Amino acid sequence: MEVFLQQVVNGLQIGFVYALIALGYTMVYGIVRLINFAHGDVFMVGAFIGLYAIERCNLPLPVIFLLAVFGCALLAVAMERVAYRPLRGAPKIASLITAIGVSLFLEYFTALRQVFGPNFYSFPRPFAVSSWEVRNISLTNIQAIIFFVTIFCLGLLQFIVHRTRLGRAMRAVSYDHVTAGLMGVNVDLVISLTFGLGAALAGVGGVLYGIAYPQVNTFMGVMPGLKAFTAAVLGGIGSIPGAVLGALIMGQSETLTSAYLSSTYRDGIAFLILILVLLLRPTGILGTSRTEKV
Amino acid sequence: MKALLQPARFLAPFAVAAASGTFLAAAGAVNPYWIQIFQLACITAVSALGLNVIYGFTGLFSLGHAAFYGIGAYTAAFLMKSYGGDSQLFFLASLLAGGAGAALVAWLVGLPALRLTSDYLGIATLGFGIIMKVLFDNADSFLPQLGGARGMTGIAKMTGFAWAVMFLGVSLLAVRNLIHSSYGRALLSIREDEVAAGSMGIDTFRYKMAGFVIGCSFAGLAGGLYAHLYVFLHPSNFDFFKSVDVLIIVVLGGLGNMSGTLIASFGWIFLLEGLRVILPPGYIELRWVLIPVLLIVTMLQRPQGLFGIREFPLLRGDPE
Repeated sequence: MEVFLQQVVNGLQIGFVYALIALGYTMVYGIVRLINFAHGDVFMVGAFIGLYAIERCNLPLPVIFLLAVFGCALLAVAMERVAYRPLRGAPKIASLITAIGVSLFLEYFTALRQVFGPNFYSFPRPFAVSSWEVRNISLTNIQAIIFFVTIFCLGLLQFIVHRTRLGRAMRAVSYDHVTAGLMGVNVDLVISLTFGLGAALAGVGGVLYGIAYPQVNTFMGVMPGLKAFTAAVLGGIGSIPGAVLGALIMGQSETLTSAYLSSTYRDGIAFLILILVLLLRPTGILGTSRTEKV
Repeated sequence: MKALLQPARFLAPFAVAAASGTFLAAAGAVNPYWIQIFQLACITAVSALGLNVIYGFTGLFSLGHAAFYGIGAYTAAFLMKSYGGDSQLFFLASLLAGGAGAALVAWLVGLPALRLTSDYLGIATLGFGIIMKVLFDNADSFLPQLGGARGMTGIAKMTGFAWAVMFLGVSLLAVRNLIHSSYGRALLSIREDEVAAGSMGIDTFRYKMAGFVIGCSFAGLAGGLYAHLYVFLHPSNFDFFKSVDVLIIVVLGGLGNMSGTLIASFGWIFLLEGLRVILPPGYIELRWVLIPVLLIVTMLQRPQGLFGIREFPLLRGDPE
């Protein structure tokens, strides 16, 4: 039982990081119906910003997070402007392919020796690791920071989406962007800000991931990106609580499979759950279905 | 008689190409490395034609094509390695078995998955692709010959120039005839509007299944050819990125355009390899920096694909 609970705690740790990435996927998909394959690479850039901020400048933790937030948001806004916006009226698959192109570009461009470099780099811990024992279950301060930072970000996001003018505009564009534009919403700006907001969360996720699993590489975003996207679909894409729920399920399935079955089957089980859920609820656990009309 | 003459006329240029290519290779006039790349391009084109049937013609978004390619590759390689020796006839049989294996799995996957629509189908097939990759990685725990994560070795080199070219010719013929038959028209109508197609009396689920199974069987055939060209299989040859590669080819060529798929397959494979030769030593890493830039620029300029809807005369429907 203690082993099981310990694994659940470890699963929450990775689950919360996935949640931060999944939110960006779900927001972008909700607003422009695009699977932004480059989002996992934004997460990677966030981790590298954290790495340099700690190693080169030794900045305090909140400043590191802010740097990652702004760096990633800027990157995503630029990405949207260059590669996605010109294709907004084109077939959806065209922007999906450019998203794949942006993703490959970010991975291989940053892997150049002149940029981040092609190797695995160890991520320095900005603080000493300590842990508490609660009934034989250990809880590290890293886990505590991940829980608090993620919950803070989630609260902030819920506030933005449901209590501000920007949030209302985002919901309007997501519902019907033509009508929203006619009602005076600046659609381009709202879409840019949505990309920026999602990327900011991924940046926070990147720094947290670096602290928790202290090794970074320019391809580190691929698998977490795919899993976070899967989590967003699992929970019901377009839904913010759904993305978090899906991410927590992914985190649990991953750690529990590694602990009780075999870590080589880890990725397989996570996607098996996705397929089973899609068969029972084709729009995800908390998703709402749209009826198709001729 | 006409039924025999038409395919013969279609395949004649491919036979000439196969014969002359084999002759040139035997005479040593062409670098064997480029011969091999040419064969890889033919094989990729067969697989991409399959995805074009699934996505381009039927409109089913699949992100797991490489998994079916892998199923065909492992099935054919396993059969050939265990029972085949160096018999050309058995090679053909194991290729067909690879295609049939991929078709069978596609049917099993399609039964539940084809009830999903658009992006959700894409995610489900992506998930299936990753599950298959995990299975390939662990394949040695139930069949040691498959090698698992260490890769499968000891496959005979059977795929020659003629095999690759003739399979491409037969696949093109089959897809052209399929698309210009009433079955093909039903597939196209589902792509254009599934609800409308259903109300016109088309059994949409059955036709979607047919399109998916046929497309995946091409991937399986191509996989078998690939296995016996490079004589080494590794699960990473069949991961998510390989599915994306094929998708890029199909979209670049233009959805529902066979000529486009053909040209894009050759263009893509030769671009990947050509950059290796063109780039000065020490700048090889730039290959994957340039390719995405080219890809993005191409998509921004031609979102409908490079070739839109124009087909080679050979691939158009016969005038009535």
